[in-house]
Amino acid sequence: MKRISATSTLGLAALALAWAGAAGAAETIKIGVNEPLTGAVAASGNYVTDGARIAADEINAKGGLLGKKVELVIDDNKSNPTEAVAVAEKLIVRDKVPVMMGAWSSTYTLAVMPKLMEYGVPMVVETSSSGKITVSGNPWIFRISPTSEMEARAFSGLADKFGIKKADFLVVNNDWGRGAGAAFAKMLKGKGIAVGVTETMDAGAQDLSAQLAKIKASGADTVFLTTGVEQITLVLKQAKALGIKARIITTGGSSAPNQLIAQAGSAANGSYHILFFAPWFPQSAPNPGVAQHFVDEWNKRGLNFAGLTEGFRGYDGIMTIAAGIRAAGKAEPDAIRKALWGVHVKGVNGNISFIKQGPAGKESGQNVPNVYVVEIKGGKVILPKL
Amino acid sequence: MGELLQHVVNALILGGTYALLGIGLTLIFGIMGVVNFTHGELYTFGAYMMVLFAMVLGVNFFVALGLAIVLGVAMGAAVEIALLRPMRGADIDTTMLVMIGAWIIMQNSEQWVWSGVAKSVSSPFPDEPLVIGPVSLSWLRLFVMGAAIALIVGAHLFIHRSRLGKAMRATFQDRDTAALMGVDIDAVHTATFALGSGLAAAAGALLGPVFVVTPTMGNLAALKAFAIVILGGLGNFTGAALGGFILAFVEELGAGYISSGYRDTMGFMLIILVLLFKPTGLFARAERIG
Repeated sequence: MKRISATSTLGLAALALAWAGAAGAAETIKIGVNEPLTGAVAASGNYVTDGARIAADEINAKGGLLGKKVELVIDDNKSNPTEAVAVAEKLIVRDKVPVMMGAWSSTYTLAVMPKLMEYGVPMVVETSSSGKITVSGNPWIFRISPTSEMEARAFSGLADKFGIKKADFLVVNNDWGRGAGAAFAKMLKGKGIAVGVTETMDAGAQDLSAQLAKIKASGADTVFLTTGVEQITLVLKQAKALGIKARIITTGGSSAPNQLIAQAGSAANGSYHILFFAPWFPQSAPNPGVAQHFVDEWNKRGLNFAGLTEGFRGYDGIMTIAAGIRAAGKAEPDAIRKALWGVHVKGVNGNISFIKQGPAGKESGQNVPNVYVVEIKGGKVILPKL
Repeated sequence: MGELLQHVVNALILGGTYALLGIGLTLIFGIMGVVNFTHGELYTFGAYMMVLFAMVLGVNFFVALGLAIVLGVAMGAAVEIALLRPMRGADIDTTMLVMIGAWIIMQNSEQWVWSGVAKSVSSPFPDEPLVIGPVSLSWLRLFVMGAAIALIVGAHLFIHRSRLGKAMRATFQDRDTAALMGVDIDAVHTATFALGSGLAAAAGALLGPVFVVTPTMGNLAALKAFAIVILGGLGNFTGAALGGFILAFVEELGAGYISSGYRDTMGFMLIILVLLFKPTGLFARAERIG
């Protein structure tokens, strides 16, 4: 009797497994997730991804999309724009995702955008705030987070209430930080408020005493701070150590105030934060049912409460993508792109829909979200009395 | 004027820890001739040990500091015995590759165990700074400076006054003669690597509470350590100590008066200048242990 060699048996078994695997994979709809899970802004990337998972699980519990289960293909862009591009390409070419969400920082998103044009795959931008993203003539971009200009506009009424006379800027040295600094400076100058120094810091820098020493010497009463929560912690601690008395206002919505309280301690008191979701007061959100449900599910999973202020971005992003896929009727990139223009999603932040922004014929989608301001006082987060 | 004073004070305080990092590496790179890519990882290891003892286990801050340093020394010894001893005699490229591999493993282990999210270590010092005129001094940073200087002095005494220190200096001057004189070469190599690593772990344990602790914090620290070693001259203890302070000053004043966004590049620009004009280091004439 002819003996079948071990090698060919193994080979056949491997083929069978691969075939079964491929057959099994055809039953899911893949959504790519391109986020920084390690590196300088890892905290935020992890929170956003946790929110995305909650959304995916919720969709699957309700029967999935178009009769199939949603599968999130999550990849780490390591807080690095080059890596973000590599991840985007891998998601599109190897995993064949018809749509993705990402890439957190404006710098990574801007880096990824040419790849979206090259392969024709839409991306929902959940966090990035640089104005450049939606005015570059890229029709594959749909942003649910506000631009820095929108943030500055929403804040402008509060500038009077705070009684700001002179403001300094301390921003992370990339498209996000510089763009936010420029947008807020323009808003302040338009109101006749003096702008002092604008200091920048490298995204990975830990020692900010040089910048803070200059800010201390400038005589401003307010400092606008734009960076990720890790660096905000460092700035708050070092500002206190230098005896800076100016009030610190963070922009960008990635400040995770509870994490600041836990890690910066008393140095966090007296700081203000612009956010796009206030999980301490879910009932005051435009869609209180959705907001409360999200907060409850997050707590049920034992996730860090501090992450809610960013996690909702992942949730809203995936829900928006899901609405697009449902409206398109198929998991095909161009169909999803066309369908996203017509979606109306009741998100955690508020109602999500897209307006056209950018050069005619190549517009990108931009949502107009809600903006909140909170204060940290006595180790707790409160709505400031202004 | 007040701003300049504040910059100077900031630089003095940071310089101590930079010096620790530099001395640790100059011992290993300069004397043992090992391109130690794990130096940054020992720095990170020291910081995470502080997180483990002071935050997770709730041990007293100063005891945790001591434990972190001791474990750093032990980790250094372990790396030397496991990885370098079998490679003794191999060429520098092979050793370098092995150290790169160790670097990747250590960094990814840290990431795996602690996750990529930053951790902070609270200190028992008051948050309110000590204010002297226009200058604000953080109590924690003053302690760090004091501890760093104490460790530098301690390391110097060890190398110059103890038997093991003498054995180290002898081995790296002339290995075969030292062996003939009865020095245990293996033990000396392990001790030197362990000492260098212990100093790096000490720097990490001291700076962990000042900044935040992340798995990749060692990368920048290692690059700065190499910069300091080049600045001070390979194997030059005093050179590395002074180099640490010089780097801190260049960074602080450069960031304060030239461009704050490019703070970390100041050090590298300095290396380029040194390599162009004085490649043996600024203090090449001064004492050499090797």
